[in-house]
Amino acid sequence: MTSVREWIASGRHAVSDRWHDAPRWMRWSVIAAVIVFFYALPNREFYQWLGPIPTTGSNFGQVLFTVSIYVLLAVGLNIVVGFAGLLDLGYFGFFAVGAYTVAVLTSPSSDLKTLWPWLLALPVALGLTMISGVMLGTPTLRLRGDYLAIVTLGFAEMIRVAATASDFLKGQRGFNQIPHPPGTHADGTPVFGVLDPRPYYWLVLTLIILVVIGVRNLNRSRVGRAWISIREDEDAAQLMGVPTFKFKLWAFASGAFIGGLAGALFAGKQNFVSSQNLELLNSIIILSAVILGGSGNIVGAIVGGGLVAYLIERFRGIEVLGIELYEYRFMFFGLVLVVMMIFRPQGLIPNRRRAAELKDRRKEVMVGG
Amino acid sequence: MTTLLEIEDVSLLYGRIKALHGISLTVDEGEIVALIGANGAGKSTTMRAVSGIRPIASGKIRFNGEDITKLRADLRVRRGLCQAPEGRGIFPGMTVLENLDMGAYTRRDRAGVAKDLTRVLELFPRLAERRKQVGGTLSGGEQQMLAVGRALMSRPRLLLLDEPSMGLAPMLIQQIFSIITEINEQGTTILLVEQNAQQALARAHRAYVLETGRIVKSGTGRELLHDPAVKEAYLGVV
Repeated sequence: MTSVREWIASGRHAVSDRWHDAPRWMRWSVIAAVIVFFYALPNREFYQWLGPIPTTGSNFGQVLFTVSIYVLLAVGLNIVVGFAGLLDLGYFGFFAVGAYTVAVLTSPSSDLKTLWPWLLALPVALGLTMISGVMLGTPTLRLRGDYLAIVTLGFAEMIRVAATASDFLKGQRGFNQIPHPPGTHADGTPVFGVLDPRPYYWLVLTLIILVVIGVRNLNRSRVGRAWISIREDEDAAQLMGVPTFKFKLWAFASGAFIGGLAGALFAGKQNFVSSQNLELLNSIIILSAVILGGSGNIVGAIVGGGLVAYLIERFRGIEVLGIELYEYRFMFFGLVLVVMMIFRPQGLIPNRRRAAELKDRRKEVMVGG
Repeated sequence: MTTLLEIEDVSLLYGRIKALHGISLTVDEGEIVALIGANGAGKSTTMRAVSGIRPIASGKIRFNGEDITKLRADLRVRRGLCQAPEGRGIFPGMTVLENLDMGAYTRRDRAGVAKDLTRVLELFPRLAERRKQVGGTLSGGEQQMLAVGRALMSRPRLLLLDEPSMGLAPMLIQQIFSIITEINEQGTTILLVEQNAQQALARAHRAYVLETGRIVKSGTGRELLHDPAVKEAYLGVV
């Protein structure tokens, strides 16, 4: 088992070293090619050449939209869990706040009857999610350890129960006719319609690119250094003069912001939001995606989020020996996570520091210090 | 000589357990003051109270004439009070240089930071050799040096050292204590917590003996080194 582990590890180092040693133009052209690939992906003319990659059981463009939402969520949760090292088990709660804010402000089934356009509701949704992040973080981030995990778990459940039970939030009947994002083609037909999921996917893809650029810059600044120090040793960070509470709250609020963005986009695409969209499982899926991809690494979060969401959809409509694989998707998912924890606890594309921290922690357990 | 740090009747609780029972001590500018005592006597707890990562139940802490009892730990660093935590208090995933850089987190004067970095690397040539190595892969002694060097990077007026010799080989212990003396001679006041009473008392100007959360004795380092009760309890000589 050790040799397998070493083999995998050495393989990764070879790839990552080659990547870091590659000249600048080469790295940029690889990144450009990847971006072009993903913009082209939902077009039938393109994906029909990709063999088994397109899903058979459902519309590939729709699947890609779902996948892109998960990627956005994974990038957001990675700030909280990966950078600042805070365990958030209810991240999907922020998605819900974003989606429901848009729904309440725009839908004709809402009691408010404000009937705002989507674009006007978006900043309100983002603001409210950030506020909810700060409200949740202020009492809990002063504490350490498992409190945050439990409180965030409770938060997501509270929102789900509130959405199910309250008349104002419409329960399972939900909100319908939520307006789409604005924009029309030259011939007057709307860009974001009901039938074609591709424009939504392209919108989310573009936002992912922007968010990743922002998060990357943040992570390389003083803020990022503060987050890393908090994750590695909170006491030591404080002893070096890092205002730990402030930066933890920052990480939490930034993560919430991105979660709210994903929720607002989802509501604008789906047209319909109800309490059935809010399962606890979603929070767990996103967290597993971040851990699977490599906590603390933006590329890892993207790969993890994409892979998890895609594989779940890929199982749809496939039967083996008369068993519908989709029904067993979470079993496979659990299996993959267990295997990962044994062979690669740092994730598929880990962060260099993160790997060193894990090693250090193992050493600490061994010496009992 | 002016008083830099003044702790007055400080008590501290861990849950319901009282860890410090009204401790008072002072550190004057330019001194090395040692705090010695057995395991669990409250030495590290006193350090945590001074650096501010543990709130105190009652009493007062003054630094440089200012009451800092209720001041947050990170703001105390900005006032010039920096602690090198015991043992594994370094950032394991950061390289040696990144760790040292974190020490200068509160500082904006780049030229001064660069100068201090040169000074720290001169003090600890081992760290200079391993500057690109990740902290978690250093040996215990090197980590200890890194913790001290990192604290120095904040250019503190008062440096708090928590068990700098813990777990080190005898030769390294000698080395780290001579570095402590050197740092002090360059103008940094030091409050030192140690189990290695022999070395600590030999190096310190003054010292306090801590027993179950109370200060039971104080005096100059030399006085305590020759005190029969201290000899028996902490120096292993009868």
